[in-house]
Amino acid sequence: MSTTSVTAAHHHHHDTEATIVYGFWIYIMSDCILFASLFATFIVLHANTFGGPGPKELFSLPYVLVETFLLLASSFTYGLGLLSAFKQKQAQVIRFLLLTFILGLSFVLMEVNEFAHLVMEGHSWKSNAFLSSFFTLVGTHGFHVTMGLIWMLSMMIQVKRHGLVRITLRKLTTLSLFWHFLDIVWIFVFTIVYLMELI
Amino acid sequence: MMHILGKLTLEAIPYDNPIIMGAAVLMSVLVLVGLFPLFYYKKWTWLWKEYLTTVDHKKIGVMYIFAAGLMLFRGFIDAIMMRTQQVMSVGMNHGYLPPEHYDQIFTAHGVIMIFFMAMPFMFGLFNLAVPLQIGARDVAFPFLNALSFWLFAVGAVLVNLSLVLGDFAGTGWLAYPPLSEVAYSPSVGVDYYIWSVQISGLGSLLSGINFFVTILKMRCPGMTLMRLPVFTWSVLASSILIIIAFPILTVTLALLLFDRYFGMHFFTVDFGGNAMMYVNLIWAWGHPEVYILILPAFGVFSEVVATFCKKRLFGYTTMVWAIAVITILSFIVWLHHFFTMGAGPDVNAVFGITTMIIAIPTGVKIFNWLFTMFRGRVQFSVPMLWTLGFLITFSIGGMTGVLMSVPAADFQLHNSLFLIAHFHNVIIGGVVFGYLAGLAYWFPKIFGFKLNERLGKCAFWCWIVGFYLSFMPLYILGFMGMTRRLYHYEASTGWHPYLVVAAVGVAVILCGIAFQVMQLVVSIKNRHHPDYKDTSGDPWDGRTLEWSLPSPAPFYNFAHVPHVHDLDAYWSEKQEKLNHPDTKHVDRSYEDIHMPRNSMLPIIIGAIAFMFGFAFIWDIQWLIILSGVGLLVATLIRSFDYDLDYYVKASEVEAIERSLGR
Repeated sequence: MSTTSVTAAHHHHHDTEATIVYGFWIYIMSDCILFASLFATFIVLHANTFGGPGPKELFSLPYVLVETFLLLASSFTYGLGLLSAFKQKQAQVIRFLLLTFILGLSFVLMEVNEFAHLVMEGHSWKSNAFLSSFFTLVGTHGFHVTMGLIWMLSMMIQVKRHGLVRITLRKLTTLSLFWHFLDIVWIFVFTIVYLMELI
Repeated sequence: MMHILGKLTLEAIPYDNPIIMGAAVLMSVLVLVGLFPLFYYKKWTWLWKEYLTTVDHKKIGVMYIFAAGLMLFRGFIDAIMMRTQQVMSVGMNHGYLPPEHYDQIFTAHGVIMIFFMAMPFMFGLFNLAVPLQIGARDVAFPFLNALSFWLFAVGAVLVNLSLVLGDFAGTGWLAYPPLSEVAYSPSVGVDYYIWSVQISGLGSLLSGINFFVTILKMRCPGMTLMRLPVFTWSVLASSILIIIAFPILTVTLALLLFDRYFGMHFFTVDFGGNAMMYVNLIWAWGHPEVYILILPAFGVFSEVVATFCKKRLFGYTTMVWAIAVITILSFIVWLHHFFTMGAGPDVNAVFGITTMIIAIPTGVKIFNWLFTMFRGRVQFSVPMLWTLGFLITFSIGGMTGVLMSVPAADFQLHNSLFLIAHFHNVIIGGVVFGYLAGLAYWFPKIFGFKLNERLGKCAFWCWIVGFYLSFMPLYILGFMGMTRRLYHYEASTGWHPYLVVAAVGVAVILCGIAFQVMQLVVSIKNRHHPDYKDTSGDPWDGRTLEWSLPSPAPFYNFAHVPHVHDLDAYWSEKQEKLNHPDTKHVDRSYEDIHMPRNSMLPIIIGAIAFMFGFAFIWDIQWLIILSGVGLLVATLIRSFDYDLDYYVKASEVEAIERSLGR
């Protein structure tokens, strides 16, 4: 009897983790709608510069390309980290998480730098509807990445503390979903906000 | 220099307005009367342990419905004030309300009734019924469920706080810009609106995700999708709508906030802003929202009509498909809320036609309910009366809706009282009747005793007569050209007699609410009386799994996870027993049950979220930062806690089951 209940309990835990991952997918889908609304807003307002300079005068494509590669690289390193997690290589997981963190942080810092330059040159979110929607869309993505970075720090501690157990593995999986999702959103940001405006 | 409390000063309290101060005194007295027994009987620990920190879906459901009841009262008082103002404010007389106060009342009425009455009532019913109907021991994410409730509660507290500290929006319930921009609404009213709806809306989104995952992942063995009770189907559809629609609301309100707080230009008149984009965005959420509310009501009627006609629901499959079709169509009709925007005849025609098409699946449902009753053994109990009242009232409301879906007709009726009559016709006749039916239906399951039938019937008749008296005159007034939200009008318009009739109707509805309060008091008093007490767990001879449990259900719901072989699982089980009375098989072996621990974090996160919203409303910058960090820290505390659940021992389960006579 006791053996059956232990297997039942084990089975139950397995189900719980799968359910949480599934729930996280659904959260990601709702976040997708959130970004879709912001993209729609940007597309409606992007030409409303109210006589001010437009994207061509304000943005630098090479700079944003570097940002893009940083973020894409961080997705790759996170993937490697998750693979090591499934192989139960704890030290390697933490190394890859740290590498991902550094890449992500560089991305955020570059974005903050871009924003600061725009504001210092007198092109803030208060200037016109185009810039309001630009700062809101790109800033919302940046805010997500920042939250992801905090989550990643907390995961480094949790993996160190608990090892690669059921719960930490599940959390690494959901963080991976989140991180890759932000990468995909960024590809749309890069295409719609920067490429389509500049080319 | 910044003031330490931002814009908040003692002048924020409207001492000079006797009506508001009277309301504040009344609210304080009610709160004190409510708190007195807690002090007297020293029930604080009980309240904290059993309710405020609970993650049990049944108790969360009870808290939702309790709060919805309080907010119904508040919203209804607003309605009474509007009706009396419009009766008095004719010709030389300007009524008893100052115009800026009247504006806040009609705004608060709409906001409260939709966000803080209908939504929590709906989530309450989800919580009470869904896990029991699908044979689950809780929702997929019990902690998140509690958090959703407390986020809703924060919104409700903020709305009520605006009464005595500052003011509320005077913009109408959707706060259209440019009126809601800082230039035209400089006070904190719109900020109260934004934060109360934003925070509670986040709770709604989390609940939507929670119930979606619960229904798809937590069903007991054998409960295939096409064996789901129709109420659970409607909750699934409603959850899908919430997951897709609520992020749009979050964005819309955030953009309005950014305009007001950071000086952005999304919807401003100047600097390239586009106010019509707000109207599009808010209705891209707003139209699905009305289906979020009505689909679960349809679900309740489907359960009630099958149970009280002693027949399987007519056309289960078409009912499910009708729900699915409405779910999809609800996203492609939003423009019918503003045909007068001037999008042109082609666009208007498309949205007019999609709107008319929704009447088809809705009509399918109406006929399904009618055919379920046809040659059924109809029992005219209270839930069934609400259903009959709904069938007639909602059909009328649906038809006036189709009437307005013709763009040419809408140009005449837009913003008139005809519209007001139409949406109250479907919301009261559909949503409110449905939720009240659901409450009467599931009440014994949750509390273990039935509600008084006689007083329930009195309440129903007052509600339905009062409804027709209140809103039929509004259709006529709409045709006579009376627009909505009017503060004053001339006697020569000839509107006055109709508004008097409408006010009488509100008084009749008030009697209905009084009967409901009496019904509750009388039933609680007699709860041990054999006429009230539900000893069987199956007071209505029900068809779905929740009725297979004792009333009230134990905290783990099912000692044995049921195995389902048919639609109307419990009914067929009962039929099986009738046909084979000898094979009496009771499973006496129990196993450990895995349950989530209670947590005080949801209410704490709620408290911090309240401070966060409050700090933004009054621009208290240090508190914004402090509570923002607080939210992050609370999240991390939860993340670092690995001791989240426990096992109820098999012996304990056995003892509880035996004490329940199972």
